[in-house]
Amino acid sequence: MNRPETDPHFEYLLRLGDSSLILGQRLAEWCGKAPILEEELALMNIGLDLIGQARLLLSHAGQVEGRGRDEDRLAFFRDVQEWRNLLLVEQENGDFAKTMARQFLFDTFQGLQYRELAASADSTLAEIAVKSLKEAEYHQRHSRNWMLRMGDGTEESHTRLQKALDELWGYVPELFEMDEVDQAMIAAGIGIDTNALRAEWDSRVREVLSEATLTVPDVGWAVSGSRKGQHTEHLGYLLAEMQFLPRAYPDARW
Amino acid sequence: MAPLSQATEQERIREILTMVKDPEIPVLSIQDMGILQSVQVTAGNAVQVSIIPTYSGCPAMDVIREEIKTVLLLHGYGDVCVKTILSPAWSSDLITAHGRRKLQEFGIAPPAGKSSDQTGEGPDVACPYCQSTDTRLVSQFGSTACKALYKCNNCLEPFDYFKCV
Ligand SMILES: [Zn+2]
Repeated sequence: MNRPETDPHFEYLLRLGDSSLILGQRLAEWCGKAPILEEELALMNIGLDLIGQARLLLSHAGQVEGRGRDEDRLAFFRDVQEWRNLLLVEQENGDFAKTMARQFLFDTFQGLQYRELAASADSTLAEIAVKSLKEAEYHQRHSRNWMLRMGDGTEESHTRLQKALDELWGYVPELFEMDEVDQAMIAAGIGIDTNALRAEWDSRVREVLSEATLTVPDVGWAVSGSRKGQHTEHLGYLLAEMQFLPRAYPDARW
Repeated sequence: MAPLSQATEQERIREILTMVKDPEIPVLSIQDMGILQSVQVTAGNAVQVSIIPTYSGCPAMDVIREEIKTVLLLHGYGDVCVKTILSPAWSSDLITAHGRRKLQEFGIAPPAGKSSDQTGEGPDVACPYCQSTDTRLVSQFGSTACKALYKCNNCLEPFDYFKCV
């Protein structure tokens, strides 16, 4: 579908909300399968926080858009090209090491992002950011601990975690990319200069990797495209599962 | 019955609302939790209750919203609107002294310290059973978003700790 020119404000909120929602959905896939009970609880709690953030962000996006779409409409009735989540968060769970590596890279980013968004001229967004910042920092404490524990753990856990980082590293540059939507939102005082967060993110991540005896990957490839709705093949499968029920039974209530 | 003044009316509603408990910690009312922010009554007896959500994805919030409406309806308030406000953000500092005592009696260690001075290191958490502070964190996450899992090194009992956020 060829979408008409969209409002950058709406687009910006969609990006934030979509990343939280898709990662929340990914974590929910661990339900009943986590390696230990404590981690089952942790992954579900983190996923719920993220889905809660997504609800706030998407319902705000729907209001800004003004076309009558609420959070559910946005979550369940958009096709893959209309999604704006970062490619990193749609990557498959893989093993526990990969899930935690993805989480750590994202948590560290999201904490910085919310810290800056707390000063947004969009007061609703600023309020959501203040509230969610606490959650993001708590999540990061957890994923950081696992990086240290697995990286500096057994040979098996170290190898798996290093492999996971190598697989995910090519999705990192996209976190800090900026396009005309970002520029418009910075100019309006609503958005933040994401690129300016790169140095701080790098130093935080590198510090943990080095303490965990892990190597900063040098993979020589990077992909992006989520801002234009270009995704990896994994997102379609995730959406098919997440959206099945409301699409099969539109307007069903329970 | 003579109409109550607005202030009295608000007091009465607040009193009724003490019946609304946090479904995940049924000994705590929404006042104890610091979830109830304000109560407003208009001349036409329309009530607006403002609540502060705890965690973004906490499913208890939907239940609480419904409970507020139901309890007030049973007391004759048919026109009730529950508004969720995000600012000021909820923090465990909002839990009242009464609420903290109730938590303790229920076997949940109340939040230790102030949310603002969390350094990332585990605080001294006292065991709700034997009061010993010789305890250790088992997991940062517990059965609900607001709790972490601890174990007492003194009496060896595991217990829930209400996270300080
Ligand atoms: Zn004890």
